[in-house]
Amino acid sequence: MFDIAIVGAGTAGLSAAIYGVRAGKSVIVFEALTYGGQIINTPEVENYPGIRQISGFDFATGLYEQATGLGAEVVYERVIRIDDQGDTKLVVTEDGQYEAKSVILATGAKNRPLGVEREEELIGAGVSYCATCDGAFFRGKDVAVVGGGNTALEDAAYLSAYCRTVYLIHRRDQFRGEEKSVERLRKKENVKFVLESRVTALNGEGKLESITIEHGKNGETTQLAVEGLFVAIGQMPDNEAFANLVDVDHSGYIKAMESCETNVPGIFTAGDCRTKKVRQLATAAADGAIAALAACEYID
Amino acid sequence: MEVLHITTENFESEVVKSEMPVLVDFWASWCGPCRMLAPVIEELAGELTDAKIGKINVDEEPDLAKKYGVMSIPTVIAFKNGEEVGRSVGFKPKNALVKLLK
Ligand SMILES: Cc1cc2nc3c(=O)[nH]c(=O)nc-3n(C[C@H](O)[C@H](O)[C@H](O)COP(=O)(O)OP(=O)(O)OC[C@H]3O[C@@H](n4cnc5c(N)ncnc54)[C@H](O)[C@@H]3O)c2cc1C
Repeated sequence: MFDIAIVGAGTAGLSAAIYGVRAGKSVIVFEALTYGGQIINTPEVENYPGIRQISGFDFATGLYEQATGLGAEVVYERVIRIDDQGDTKLVVTEDGQYEAKSVILATGAKNRPLGVEREEELIGAGVSYCATCDGAFFRGKDVAVVGGGNTALEDAAYLSAYCRTVYLIHRRDQFRGEEKSVERLRKKENVKFVLESRVTALNGEGKLESITIEHGKNGETTQLAVEGLFVAIGQMPDNEAFANLVDVDHSGYIKAMESCETNVPGIFTAGDCRTKKVRQLATAAADGAIAALAACEYID
Repeated sequence: MEVLHITTENFESEVVKSEMPVLVDFWASWCGPCRMLAPVIEELAGELTDAKIGKINVDEEPDLAKKYGVMSIPTVIAFKNGEEVGRSVGFKPKNALVKLLK
């Protein structure tokens, strides 16, 4: 029986692990993919207090080494269910079962897909969720960015430096992102705005060759020849497996206050997966600390 | 076995004409998930006896990346008799990579 079982080895989960083991508890962390979470894709983090600049990979690796060096155990298994048996929480993974006195859910967030057919099949074959990761493979090509927030605007600006044409597709006629960024994009000759429009189909054999767009005003559809489609319509939580266990809000984020307690005694939550305003590394780490100490208090 | 360093020069001999199946990892030093995958690739190379493992740096070998339509990294492609038989994109755990050879 472990004192604390943590779901997710991102910034929140690993921060919780550090606080848990330092408080003398036995800690096991479950990770479905690789330690580090979302930040490993980011080349430069420049806003984590105390570190002027660091790559996401180095940040995540430092955190991982700190947590495991102190004695936390990381197991690479996806958690598919948790049974609340009162004082014991049964953590069920794809490969086994583990008992713990308390649980911290730190499942983070993932990129929101467009929800268009063939989207998943074409990931790595034209469909991308990370312009800075994949942009260089589209040098001299025509690409599209979908979204209306700052990420979409930044992606379009980044890609405009490499690509022949960047179509910026947004379902409204106004952007949520900063007006200054929109203005800057309007001045670029190779950026074309496709507003009040939605992507309705992805076409191509083996790889993306074109997309079908429906224009909101008249419902007309057109085909746009692009080899790359960068989806930047935000993040979403990954909490379906726990929606029967703890209260979640209408978007699927686990409901919690500053204490990081959920509605179930002994189950806590930390990081991007929970209801909160600011989803950043610093707030994920802060939640991790709070959740771990709350779990310690609950156990004792 | 060692992880092979694959380039345009030895691609023909090490991959296309290989008797054994080959798993090729397309990667770059600036790519976080590629660095996460690196130890998994090393581990696989140590364990597999019926397949070879190689790495292609896409910055040094853009033509190979282009030829195989690599548009995101890491991309791992399984080759048998020089033909692509499986592909995975993004960080994947070890067993998912082994499955590409099946
Ligand atoms: C492109 C990008 C750039 C960013 N840049 C910055 C920045 O510069 N500064 C900053 O402060 N923040 C930045 N952020 C935000 C920051 O990455 C997040 O706030 C932070 O990663 C949240 O950490 P987390 O631990 O809550 O979640 P995550 O990092 O999402 O980690 C959650 C982990 O849980 C795992 N998991 C999920 N479900 C399960 C399950 N059922 N079983 C086992 N494991 C599971 C996931 O695989 C993942 O590894 C950026 C985000 C993105 C996408």
